[in-house]
Amino acid sequence: MRFGQRFYLIEAVQGVLLTAGHFFRNMGAHVARALGSRTARGAVTVQYPEERRPYSPRLRSLHRLVRREDGSPRCVACMMCETVCPARCIYIVATEHPNPEIEKVPERFDIDLGKCVFCGYCVEACPEDAIRMDTGILEFSSYSRRGMIYTKEMLLSLEPVGPDGRPTSPVPIPASRTV
Amino acid sequence: MLDVVVAIGCVTFVMMFVLNLGGLLTWVERKQSAIMQDRIGANRASILGFRVMGLFHPLADAIKMLTKEDFRPARADRLLFGLAPFVSVFFALVAFASIPFGDTLRIGDREFPLQAVTLNVGVLYVFAMLSLGVYGVMMAGWSSANNYALLGAQRAAALMITAEIAIGASIVGVIMVHGSLNMQDIVRGQGRLLAGWLPAWGILTQPLGFILFLTAGIAATKRIPFDMPEGESEIIGYFVEYSGMKFGMFAMADFLETVVIAGMTTALFLGGWQVPWLLADGVHFPWGTTVALPHLVVVGLQVGAFAVKVCVMIFVMMLVRWTLPRFRYDQAMRLGWLGLFPLSILNIVLTGAVLLLIGGQAS
Repeated sequence: MRFGQRFYLIEAVQGVLLTAGHFFRNMGAHVARALGSRTARGAVTVQYPEERRPYSPRLRSLHRLVRREDGSPRCVACMMCETVCPARCIYIVATEHPNPEIEKVPERFDIDLGKCVFCGYCVEACPEDAIRMDTGILEFSSYSRRGMIYTKEMLLSLEPVGPDGRPTSPVPIPASRTV
Repeated sequence: MLDVVVAIGCVTFVMMFVLNLGGLLTWVERKQSAIMQDRIGANRASILGFRVMGLFHPLADAIKMLTKEDFRPARADRLLFGLAPFVSVFFALVAFASIPFGDTLRIGDREFPLQAVTLNVGVLYVFAMLSLGVYGVMMAGWSSANNYALLGAQRAAALMITAEIAIGASIVGVIMVHGSLNMQDIVRGQGRLLAGWLPAWGILTQPLGFILFLTAGIAATKRIPFDMPEGESEIIGYFVEYSGMKFGMFAMADFLETVVIAGMTTALFLGGWQVPWLLADGVHFPWGTTVALPHLVVVGLQVGAFAVKVCVMIFVMMLVRWTLPRFRYDQAMRLGWLGLFPLSILNIVLTGAVLLLIGGQAS
């Protein structure tokens, strides 16, 4: 240590001056903001539920099932996503589609988000571009495991994220969620 | 009759000042640290949608603490375990009593000193009450039947002895300058002017004593950078077994001690209630202008000056608390015994030499 550092007092005063500088600079910005300045910013905090940082377009968020023009799912129940899923969280039951041009349609399409690892393989594997992970919804916690199971209807109702990075559809709540 | 009313008024003022300031310090600590660290700080507690810069958080804290389970370990000493937080808070509260917050208040032809208790050994009284506060900590540590708590209490006792000796020795310089142990006399003595214009505050007549006293005072509050009795990252400390409001009382005692140390620093080194160039009949500027002021305005200015100075001192102590990292146990001991203590002895010798040179007591 240098001679001056051994006394500690000089270093302590330098440290206090540094933090005091931060205090008065930020305090000035806070006061300016309270007085109506738009540009002054005293903190780097993003006040989360009210303010959101824009998410990256590559973000993998809650899944959604893409709809055809008539509103039925684009999914043809080929089971590719269920097969590729490393967490085995997708459960599909296939049925006949009324349109003879389309082979199958899922009767059930459940995703257990309690198991999902958000790897995005289902999106990659889908030959019909029927499942996407672009809703921007990240808040779907639950107190029970059953409450994490999202069904076909819920996934079909979702819309992609807006241009401002905010989710455009409300967070769906499974009927089996108790709390 | 008037005596009783004024006495009750003074005691109420001191109690409200210390308690409210102590309660408010939880908010100050959160907000000041947040602003120092480019954050916003706690602002979510709201009543009917009003947040008021997070000022409801102390209230929410109190409700939380009061409604929590009050747990007592099975092997804990019943009496001492319950008594310890009260002892801590009590001595922190009464310590402020002999710190003067204003000059004399004149009602009719009677004069009352603005001070909860007029003691001719006021400095020693504050000092003694601060030292007694460590008994609560030691009782807590011993009665919890927990080794970590005992370790914390032991560290607290060692730290308190270290700090108290340094505080006591650094005050001696002030006492030598003013020739009195009465806090009111010491504050009055700081109203003199050096070279005709500079107020003779303790920070100017005793610069070394001020630094030593502030360092030892921060150590006496058991807060960072001297928080090894607590050491929340290693031993949790003397209140490890406490929960609910009893735990809250220990936290409150720390804040109250901060207020007391700030008040004592103000009284001894920052001129107490003195406003520069303000005398009993008005402001006397050093260039000869005189502005006469009525008695009540002068008293109000003095009390206000005292409150502002205490708040500034608390700000400085918070700044230190949120800037410096914690001392290791041996480092704190070395600082106290090999740093502060010899330096305060040196301060006494220097003060004595200077007083001898300029001819006896300055006041």
